[in-house]
Amino acid sequence: MNIVVCIKQVPDSAQIRVHPVTNTIMRQGVPTIINPYDLFSLEAALALRDMTGGTVTVLTMGPPMAEESLRKALGYGADRAVLLTDRFFAGSDTLATSYALSTAIAKLAEEAPIDMVFCGKQTIDGDTAQVGPGIACRLGLNQLTYVTAVDGLDAAAREITVQRRSEGGVQVLRTKLPVMVTMLEGSASIRRGTLPDLLRAARAPITVWNAAAAGIEDVQRCGLRGSPTVVKKVFAPKPRAEKAKLIDVKGRRDGEIAADTLAALFAALPKLEGDLARQAVQA
Amino acid sequence: MTDAPKAAAAGRAQMKTELPERFRDYKHVWVFIEMERGQVHPVSWELLGEGRKLADRLGVELAGALLGPAGPATEAAVREAVSYGADLVYLVEHPLLGDYRNQPYAEAMTALVNTYKPEILLLGATTLGRDLAGTVATTLATGLTADCTALAIDGEGSLAATRPTFGGTLLCTIHTLNFRPQMATVRPRVMAMPEAEPGRQGRVVRHAVDLEESRIVTKILDFIPDLSTNKVRLAYADIVVAGGLGLQKPENFRLITDLAEVLGAEYGCSRPLVQKGWVAAERQIGQTGKTIRPRLYIAAGISGAIQHRVGVEGADCILAINSDAGAPIFDFAHLGMVGDALTILPTLTEAFRRHLAVDRLAG
Repeated sequence: MNIVVCIKQVPDSAQIRVHPVTNTIMRQGVPTIINPYDLFSLEAALALRDMTGGTVTVLTMGPPMAEESLRKALGYGADRAVLLTDRFFAGSDTLATSYALSTAIAKLAEEAPIDMVFCGKQTIDGDTAQVGPGIACRLGLNQLTYVTAVDGLDAAAREITVQRRSEGGVQVLRTKLPVMVTMLEGSASIRRGTLPDLLRAARAPITVWNAAAAGIEDVQRCGLRGSPTVVKKVFAPKPRAEKAKLIDVKGRRDGEIAADTLAALFAALPKLEGDLARQAVQA
Repeated sequence: MTDAPKAAAAGRAQMKTELPERFRDYKHVWVFIEMERGQVHPVSWELLGEGRKLADRLGVELAGALLGPAGPATEAAVREAVSYGADLVYLVEHPLLGDYRNQPYAEAMTALVNTYKPEILLLGATTLGRDLAGTVATTLATGLTADCTALAIDGEGSLAATRPTFGGTLLCTIHTLNFRPQMATVRPRVMAMPEAEPGRQGRVVRHAVDLEESRIVTKILDFIPDLSTNKVRLAYADIVVAGGLGLQKPENFRLITDLAEVLGAEYGCSRPLVQKGWVAAERQIGQTGKTIRPRLYIAAGISGAIQHRVGVEGADCILAINSDAGAPIFDFAHLGMVGDALTILPTLTEAFRRHLAVDRLAG
């Protein structure tokens, strides 16, 4: 199997803070990580490669510093890494991003056909879940999103069987390769890299492509120019006009605090007390 | 969504743009009515409520777009869509549209859009809606804004779609200026459920599509429905109790489930507890977890970052317990207790238990 795994380097959003006075993002010093959802897909891809042979190529689009994430992925056991970086890509929305990534995947397929593309379910910075389906659509790959488990891969018949989370249950789906798969969190976690892989990752050459090298002929379809969506405004939400009404806690006895709280809740929600009482009687 | 530098984005946004000729006849607001195996996801009705406001503002019609097999479930869905505000329903009936698969659904939706040309298309941000929206928007090469928390029409009649950004620390407003339809997804429970008007009249426009099983590559081998006892009903719960990092240790999460049990409530948590592995991901409340609209929401040891706030703002009453008086949660909670959740939670649990035991005796 020749597998491409698309990953993204993202700021560790748990550590992003908003400046209390200027209301702007304080990005300085925020560490970057591989988008956590991508790691479930990377693990699934590595496991399939281990089972059937072939290669796992990790692909990312981003600034030159995204090389760090690719090396991390090589350390987990990926065979090859490609960095797509060009100033033309700046400001890409999901449509422009899927265009650039799918063109690069098509370029990789010129060397050897690609059987599977894995993407993260979504990123933790954009949270759109749109790039994977966009790549599948552009490359004509059969699309399997929110996969909880790969039940089987028949390389000879070129068929894959998976379990997919849907709203009311789990779909068991079988489709033909080539496919685009996004894995749900809770599937197998990323392995620890072996020592040989970690050593290799530090020195392995990384393929760096600009737009032209990736086979992109029309840079108008990339970056801000190629993005149909426009961000018009970025802002912090307004606080509510009234702040929370505070219930006194300090230095008071538990019984008093509890009585005040119940009284305040029942005053705010007049029907609550009666409903809870009915529930209690029925219990 | 872009990570575009703000200045560059603003520069482009200020560019005076005129809608290209080929998009001038795109008109009306559409809501995708998500029906799977005969069940309509309630997010579709929530979106009709919101779509109604957008259509009225633009002075155009509101339409539902429904795909499904012919039969009573589909007929009922058409009637319900009209009762929740649709002026008409575009209906594609085909036996192959009972279960969701990307390929036939995307073909049918794309055909509907290309034939009847809506200016706005809204979908629920469910596993189905997100899977479908990504394909349709890419095929149509138009803009798609995910997980919006507010929708409005700006002075020039364009859809202003607001969503959290930067991992939920700020909000941004996104426009699709030069392409149609303007597409957006909204998560379940973000918008309020509208009142149904049972006798309301609407039209049905049937559209035929040519689908054949032999042309659909993906096969459904089985469908394993979730057991109702295992389902987490967080999004639709009447009372929700949730905990955050202020609980300090995983074993303290029991204080949350204890209070939830006494109240007959669902329990949940903030994002960090899922990231630490203390609580299952399906219990996460916030922009990247579940959006809730309970009557009462009790948040203990949760600071109230925007990513959490947008997931709980629809609650009628929010009681926040946090030891930090400056925590942002006090900016949007209705009632607050500045103190240690670890001592306040058992106190409340005990007080409710006693209060309700009296009711039980009296009853």
